[in-house]
Amino acid sequence: MHDTTLLGRLYGPKGWTGFGIAALALFVLFPLANLVVPEGSAFHVSDYTVTLIGKMLCYAMVAVALDLVWGFGGILSLGHGLFFALGGYALGMYLMRQIGADGQYKVDMPDFMVFLDWKEFPWHWVLSNSFIAQALLVVLVPGLLAFVFGYFAFRSRIKGVYFSIITQALTYAAMLLFFRNETGFGGNNGFTDFKRIFGIPIATPETRMALFVASGAALLGSILLVRWLVTSRYGHVLTAIRDAESRVMFCGYDPLWYKLFAWTLSAVLAGIAGALYVPQVGIINPSEMSPANSIEMVIWVAVGGRGTIVGPVLGAFLVNGAKSVFTVWLPEYWLYVLGLLFVLVTLFMPEGVVGLAKRLRGRARAKPKAAAPGAPAPASPTTERAAAVSAERGVGKPA
Amino acid sequence: MTPSVATSRTGDLADSGPAALGHVVTGELDLSHRIILYLDDISVSFDGFKALNKLSLSIDAGELRCVIGPNGAGKTTMMDVVTGKTRPDSGKAFFGQTLDLTRMSESGIANAGIGRKFQKPTIFADHTVFENLELAMKGDRRVRRTLFAKLAGDERDRIDDMLRMIRLQDRADRLAGLLSHGEKQWLEIAVLLMQQPKLLLLDEPVAGMTDDETERTAELFLELAGKHTLVVVEHDMAFIAKIARKVTVLDEGHVIAEGPLDEVQQDPKVIEVYLGR
Repeated sequence: MHDTTLLGRLYGPKGWTGFGIAALALFVLFPLANLVVPEGSAFHVSDYTVTLIGKMLCYAMVAVALDLVWGFGGILSLGHGLFFALGGYALGMYLMRQIGADGQYKVDMPDFMVFLDWKEFPWHWVLSNSFIAQALLVVLVPGLLAFVFGYFAFRSRIKGVYFSIITQALTYAAMLLFFRNETGFGGNNGFTDFKRIFGIPIATPETRMALFVASGAALLGSILLVRWLVTSRYGHVLTAIRDAESRVMFCGYDPLWYKLFAWTLSAVLAGIAGALYVPQVGIINPSEMSPANSIEMVIWVAVGGRGTIVGPVLGAFLVNGAKSVFTVWLPEYWLYVLGLLFVLVTLFMPEGVVGLAKRLRGRARAKPKAAAPGAPAPASPTTERAAAVSAERGVGKPA
Repeated sequence: MTPSVATSRTGDLADSGPAALGHVVTGELDLSHRIILYLDDISVSFDGFKALNKLSLSIDAGELRCVIGPNGAGKTTMMDVVTGKTRPDSGKAFFGQTLDLTRMSESGIANAGIGRKFQKPTIFADHTVFENLELAMKGDRRVRRTLFAKLAGDERDRIDDMLRMIRLQDRADRLAGLLSHGEKQWLEIAVLLMQQPKLLLLDEPVAGMTDDETERTAELFLELAGKHTLVVVEHDMAFIAKIARKVTVLDEGHVIAEGPLDEVQQDPKVIEVYLGR
């Protein structure tokens, strides 16, 4: 049967080619250009660039996770920064233990604990010496928190803006909690000065490249996973819940479990992204949980195009690329630019960069045919889909 | 409704075990007394406004029942109670002999065999016509099943049959949001039928349809009656006249008349309700 869905076309032969090229670049070209090509060559990629892009790969993974719940499930989270940070903290604890006695106080204990005059590790640090235990926590802590929070929120049928506000409050409350020294997460300084991972020095080009490749693999893996989910019948039910929840219920589906599954999985993906992010940037502190961070994540998705998977990845790269440029060039204006960008995208590009590209291509294709008088211009399937949805939701006419 | 029905029900409650006591809310539909839907003394109020006021109604299996009444008579609220969207303040609502609707979830009620068509057509706008029917098809509704669900050959055939019945076979790949209003109404009815419901609640099914579409809808309903039980709420009296066998008139939250259409139309209470305001 002819596939008219947006995703069907996004991931046709062209999509898979793009995916292959991305994999080649991440796993072969970048490592070669960074580690093998000598410095000074035009093809050399600096360590700085590797870290910068590695960071963006993690952001892109959060964007994909957000797209699953927001783009396909219609659940707008303004608190994904919390899950991201929790994953980061879980791995950060292990990295703190890896410092060993090389800290300022030359004691086998993180500096902030010595500073607070703690004699032994608090209970939640018991397993922190084990990578496997902390890696499990990277998945379990965000997953469990999201599951419990989501269960009560979805069971109480909290939706739309109310849900978003609660997620925002949740991350804010967590930030205040993590700021406190007694919580045992290093207070406002958080964790930093990492020295090793698996006993290997963390700042060498090889370790950096390994983390970069791991982030790339995690991103591509989450793209495949989310793509598989949203094209399955489960995904169809999820988007149906987004568009007409009561109809889904009267079809005999219980939306609670469908939302909860996507929500929990999304939090886990964000947590993994956070865990890959922290060793690359070398710091995690409570500011990662600030509401503004979570809102920025939503902007990546909106700019790229929600409900398209590839769009949020592009959005994360575009917005963060612009941020890197702006914070060097005109640092005090970055937040204005970000705000303006969000307003403009919401007003003029409701489907983000991907939607815009499809629309332009659709228009170009429609032109030769429009020459036949009276023949209605064939709308591109993307704009058709957008028109269908906005007509159904009573939103303004699509351009 | 007749008092004898009520007594026979109470008898059943006493001797049919835990299911009747409401501890078990899932299970098979029991139609041993021919009654498929039984509402007794249902009251619902919103902020002091009595939407339903001691409403009692019973519907036999296979019946095609029309429910009419002026605006605000409680027709939609009645459907909300039956489908679990609204919990009654008091009264009983049973599906068959054993399923207590006041204790079941919306999805549980739907899976037990009650389908509902809303006043405004509610379909999945961002899915194709085919996908709409696929989602509605009777099947396992658990998350882990839907992750790996594949469309079997006979399921595809059933969808194709349904597409032919609603005359949308050449639009199977169209997004449902782009259908005309009448087509959406038909698609929604088809979505209901895909679930193979025992009882269909249809809220203004021909609103916004062309005369031709209305005619075809009437034919369809008459064909469905017997195989399914239909409860139709409608304002279009011409349509009611075409399909009506037994008509129930609601006003201010309770039943004021019941019987064949021409009899009901002669009823002074009904005339007063419709002409008196």
